[in-house]
Amino acid sequence: MTCDSLAAITLHGLTLGYDRHPAVHHLGGTIAGGALLALVGPNGAGKSTLLKGIAGEIPCLEGRIERPAAKDAIAYLPQAAEIDRTFPLSVLDLVAMGLWHRLGPWRSARPHRQRLIEALATVGLGGFENRLIGTLSGGQFQRALFARLIVQDARILLLDEPFTGIDGRTTADLLALIRAWHDQGRTIVAALHDLAQVRGHFPQTLLLAREAVAWGPTPRVLTPDNLARAQSLSEAWDEDAAVCGRHEETKAPGHDHDHDGHHHHGPDHAAHEGHGHHPPATPAASDPRARSPAPDHGHAA
Amino acid sequence: MIDLLFGPFIEFGFMRRALVGCLALSLSAPPVGVFLMLRRMSLMSDAMSHAILPGAAVGFLVAGLSLPAMTLGGLVAGLAVALMAGLVTRSTAIKEDASLAAFYLISLAGGVLLVSLRGSQIDLLHILFGSVLALDDPALWLLGGIATATLFGLAAIYRPLVMECVDPLFLRTVSRAGGPVHYAFLGLVVMNLVGGFQALGTLLAVGLMLLPAIAARFWAADLSGMIPVSVLIAMLSSVIGLSVSYRADLPTGPAIVLAAGALYLASMLVGRRGGLVHRLFRARHLEA
Repeated sequence: MTCDSLAAITLHGLTLGYDRHPAVHHLGGTIAGGALLALVGPNGAGKSTLLKGIAGEIPCLEGRIERPAAKDAIAYLPQAAEIDRTFPLSVLDLVAMGLWHRLGPWRSARPHRQRLIEALATVGLGGFENRLIGTLSGGQFQRALFARLIVQDARILLLDEPFTGIDGRTTADLLALIRAWHDQGRTIVAALHDLAQVRGHFPQTLLLAREAVAWGPTPRVLTPDNLARAQSLSEAWDEDAAVCGRHEETKAPGHDHDHDGHHHHGPDHAAHEGHGHHPPATPAASDPRARSPAPDHGHAA
Repeated sequence: MIDLLFGPFIEFGFMRRALVGCLALSLSAPPVGVFLMLRRMSLMSDAMSHAILPGAAVGFLVAGLSLPAMTLGGLVAGLAVALMAGLVTRSTAIKEDASLAAFYLISLAGGVLLVSLRGSQIDLLHILFGSVLALDDPALWLLGGIATATLFGLAAIYRPLVMECVDPLFLRTVSRAGGPVHYAFLGLVVMNLVGGFQALGTLLAVGLMLLPAIAARFWAADLSGMIPVSVLIAMLSSVIGLSVSYRADLPTGPAIVLAAGALYLASMLVGRRGGLVHRLFRARHLEA
């Protein structure tokens, strides 16, 4: 394990969410370069939201994310449901999308053909080059997406539930690939549900339930106590939640890479005014969530 | 047979002009239609064709039956509706089809109002059903120019456009091209509809864009096959439609679109990819 001390991603009091309802709440911490981090938590705990936030898909409601500025530094694999698989595209063309950073819109992909075929062979899809993506099974399609990740060649990989609905054999193959990426010193963050898998393959775990319940070495994080706490925390979803007045970073308990010196020192408002009221004219007033009442239902990813 | 199909074009100059205009449109509109179909935006082109009307009407009110004025007006109105719908979609919770429907309805009502303020019923029919048999030189230049611009434009945005269709999220994570590509594509749609309304009229411009594209789906598996097949079907429809309209003394625009419709129905029946006949009499399955 290459444990380089450089931070790959640093979160500063990060709040992400939808319609003012936070799905990730005041999360702070550092993901070290070369880390192999599992993101664990019940449904609605904010795992996908956090990955989307790091990938730059959704804006921060509050706080910020420090990450490499280069666009090709981060590769993000969302849940496969968001891809139109009825589109008549060949597997090779799907994998070739990973070359975007090198080719842009116009340069030919032909010189890279061998690389693409090798990537497909690595994930066990040799000979599938000209098949249409619509003809692949779920597992084969996920393998093809991993081939695209190989071609993308990014230093940081964000994987959102990469093994959901995937059989044991494929999962084992792809886990081996993740292990190989880890050995190459890449930083990997994967949202997962299978705790045995996490214990077996991921040295670090962040247990998330909107806030960090625990963050650190996997055996210390995945304790029955922590898991029960995560479960009860994430179920506490309040439709009429008061405006959050907290303005400082939460430290993740048990986290190895605690990060100091980024406290915002806002006053701790109880702020139980209810809807429609603006918070007092303090630093909290610049809170972008404190604009209007939110009658809509919130939803977590 | 040859004479039956091509006789009128050999005999009459205005038929040749009509053919050239329709062939130019057949070269540019169907590829755009293929992408519309694959993006499940088939009906959106119908909405856009209505959105063009008020622009053309303003051009008509200002300059009479003048091609440049009506074309410019149509382009402006179509692009404005596409842009506004896109803006509303990106800045509110409303989905693109809903905001597009809202804007095109406003636009269409405005257009009908404008046309009825001045001009008789005949003028309105002229705008709606086109004047393919009266294509003059500027109109042919326009259609040729649109075809050229469309093919080059489509080639330029082809890769990001395909990525935007298949996996817009992926394109967003690797590049900011998604938004501009979407608008550029809508621009191509509007341009071809404006070109089509010269030849076929706003109501039928969509026909030559979509019917060949949908029919091509029954013959080719991927884009590299679908685009040429759609162009071929559109060209065939143009020739057949023009001949039939001449022989049977039928209105030209509907004849061309009905020809494309007939080719679509035939493709649906006997097409190699999922055509009905092939579904009914399936070859025995393979071993693996």
